[in-house]
Amino acid sequence: MRIVVQKLPFDSGVELNAFTAKQSNMGAIVSFTGVVRDFPNGGLQYMDIEHYAGMTEKALEAIATDAMSRWDLGDVLVIHRYGMLTPQEPIMMVATASKHRKDAFEAADFLMDFLKSRAPFWKKEQTSASHEWVASKQDDEDALKRW
Amino acid sequence: MEVLYFAWVRERIGLPKETVDTQALTVMELVDELRAREERYALAFSDLSALRVAVDQDLADFDAPLKGAREVAFFPPMTGG
Repeated sequence: MRIVVQKLPFDSGVELNAFTAKQSNMGAIVSFTGVVRDFPNGGLQYMDIEHYAGMTEKALEAIATDAMSRWDLGDVLVIHRYGMLTPQEPIMMVATASKHRKDAFEAADFLMDFLKSRAPFWKKEQTSASHEWVASKQDDEDALKRW
Repeated sequence: MEVLYFAWVRERIGLPKETVDTQALTVMELVDELRAREERYALAFSDLSALRVAVDQDLADFDAPLKGAREVAFFPPMTGG
């Protein structure tokens, strides 16, 4: 299990290859990368991500440990950034390794649902004219009930 | 006790962190003490349904006890991922 909270960009391809190379006898690797998305008509200058240093690492570890206990996983990777990000930059990624694809897919989906609303990150969208905190979505809260 | 604020709660109160001398037994009692301080606190804590709280870095409820707690944080619902 590897949990990384960092300001710097990362290369999801390099991370995924390194994660894959580390596994032995895992038949399925699933990964998800979240990317900063611009507004439909453009204009997003930065996505500013604030986090609660200390609690962030604890919360991510707890979520990943929960995933390891619920599914048959060989390994889990979680990378999440904070700070000022520009459109197209990767925000975060998760990867799961399992003997079989069902566990790998479901665990990755579970990790994403919990990262959305149980990891202490807050996103703010900055344009040249304004800045606004991204509101949490009821859908994201409802998604937790699936598990 | 260290009290931390994040995102718009931090902006509304105007500081990220402060040391608070309190005898509050629960999070709610601490909220009431902070509300009584100044208008900016009253505003930040006006709608508790829009706030979340963590006690010693674990998510908690507003009726959670504060006995032995070192750190309490207030913030809006999280938007990670």
